[in-house]
Amino acid sequence: MENEAQFTVDLGNLMCFNPHHHFPSKPSSREELVKECLEKGTELVQIIANNLFNLPSTESVEGPLIKLPPPTTRLPREKPLPKPKAPTKWEEFAKARGIKNRKRDKLVLDEQSGTWKRRYGYDRANDEENIPIIEAKMTDEPGFDPFAKRLSDKKNRVEKQEKNRMQNLKQAAKVGNLPSHVQLAATALPITGTQAAPKKASKHDLGKVAGIAVTATASAGKFDKKLQGEKPAQQPKKFRKFLPVAEGTGIGSQERSQTEKILNSLISKNSHEILNVDKAISMYNVKKEKRKNQKGKSSSTSSKLKPKSKPQKKFSKKGSSKKEKAK
Amino acid sequence: MLKVKTPRNHRVRRELEKRAPKLVENGKKTLILHGTKTSGVLNEVLKEIYHLKKGKAVKFSRKNENIKPFENGGETSLEFFSMKTDCSIFVYGSHSKKRPDNLVIGRTYDHHIYDLVEVGVENFKPMESFKYDKKLAPLIGSKPMIAFVGEGFENVEELKHFKEVLLDLLRGEVVENLNLVGLDRVYVCTAISSNRVFLSHCGLRLKKSGTKVPRMELVEVGPSMDLVVRRHRLPNDSLKKAAMKTARDQPKKKVKNVGDDAVEGKIGKIYIPDQKVGEMAVIDKSKGVKRERREAKLKKGDHGHVSKKQK
Repeated sequence: MENEAQFTVDLGNLMCFNPHHHFPSKPSSREELVKECLEKGTELVQIIANNLFNLPSTESVEGPLIKLPPPTTRLPREKPLPKPKAPTKWEEFAKARGIKNRKRDKLVLDEQSGTWKRRYGYDRANDEENIPIIEAKMTDEPGFDPFAKRLSDKKNRVEKQEKNRMQNLKQAAKVGNLPSHVQLAATALPITGTQAAPKKASKHDLGKVAGIAVTATASAGKFDKKLQGEKPAQQPKKFRKFLPVAEGTGIGSQERSQTEKILNSLISKNSHEILNVDKAISMYNVKKEKRKNQKGKSSSTSSKLKPKSKPQKKFSKKGSSKKEKAK
Repeated sequence: MLKVKTPRNHRVRRELEKRAPKLVENGKKTLILHGTKTSGVLNEVLKEIYHLKKGKAVKFSRKNENIKPFENGGETSLEFFSMKTDCSIFVYGSHSKKRPDNLVIGRTYDHHIYDLVEVGVENFKPMESFKYDKKLAPLIGSKPMIAFVGEGFENVEELKHFKEVLLDLLRGEVVENLNLVGLDRVYVCTAISSNRVFLSHCGLRLKKSGTKVPRMELVEVGPSMDLVVRRHRLPNDSLKKAAMKTARDQPKKKVKNVGDDAVEGKIGKIYIPDQKVGEMAVIDKSKGVKRERREAKLKKGDHGHVSKKQK
């Protein structure tokens, strides 16, 4: 080992490198080459061993344990260095104001039961929500429900916290250090302007749509081939039923009675009663309005005076309900 | 609109945390995969590399059509696999007329290709062809010693690069404590010529030498092969700079209940729960020790021994 200094030894990787050996001429046979290589290798391994066995060691049951120095050969990292955690809005605020966290006991005296209970969590001390009776105050308005208020307050607090959390996560995502287990997924493109996230069609919904689609055939899906696991059609029969025209007894007479019933209501003495006056008036009003609007768009006073959408809405609602009655 | 997505169970969360970037990284995993065509030799080579790296390697057995590491756009699916399997070294084998028995060894940084070395495999000898005392067979996952021999590793740029990749591939886990009895394998890499490296995997036999340090003897256990360097691609400078970053201060793990005192030095706190004499467990609760039995036995003893059969 006279030329040990010429070798580079990296004990952390158990690596040794001999940069001076040179094969002057290729060895004649493969065996010789392998032999020479191993010889040189053995030399290097011996150097590593010399270094290792001279390190201070501690005896253990399995054998002598040594502490390896860190590797000296610099190799690239696998992933970038982790970024420091981004402060939340509260943390920033607290820092600016010099607010410091102080440790508080986990256990607090519960005044109601006189025992020590956890400050937070299940069965907590002084739990506001656990109070069964709230005494009425003089200032309370009639119809005011303190229990409902308690519930809604709690809901609002939770919502607010969720909003804050979202805000902090967004901020962290901007800097690029979200916690490793959190992903922020876009549910909708911002261009659409929809505020609520579009609901994902559930299994049930899809089944419903499929059931409707099936009825598109002339037989309303009666003779269609069913796929495995497919549910029966939503509307198993045809929507309209025509009664037989041929006269007879039983079902044959129904067609006649049906038409007679309608005719009677029209021809009868009190036929004017079947007229829906409200509906007629509103229809008349709407038509009038439309005509006015078409005539001169400059005079929009009438439309301003009268909320335009209201009568229409009423009309559609009332109409549908009255229609059924009329029948 | 944004939605927070978090893992639904803790197992997944733990897995994600394992994969997150860390100050002290967990060792690199190796991904082993095939191209569209591989020769018999290459299949063996890939299999044996997998065996050598077992525990820290993932082997894919399907053919991969659209992986061409050196070409533009040929790395997308490779990078995807690297992300899926959390591997940052890959060994890709392919065989073609132009480049027979081709092995591409590469590393990734942040799941993007960092550098590449392409080598051809020649004179391959599989593990089975070596006869040796099976007691010397290295254990799975043991820390190897690595010996690099030859001036080529310093003078030739390709080999210099290849040496670094080989070291990263072979070195195994970075450990702090090492059991000297556990030293049982050596990789010998020799630069025979300016583009050829002889790689051999050896077992280790420790012989008495009379001194503290035993004499080392290498026993070839295979596989051994010649690797002819073909193409290579160095990392670009900015990427290299980013990848070589190290944290200035390594995190110190706080040891619980151990403090330091200027006068007394290291001080440990030991917590002993109150001794509850009343609730102390009876050490022996077996039937024979019970009081009634003991008394009954004494009574019987007066009458002399009664065998069970007579009972």
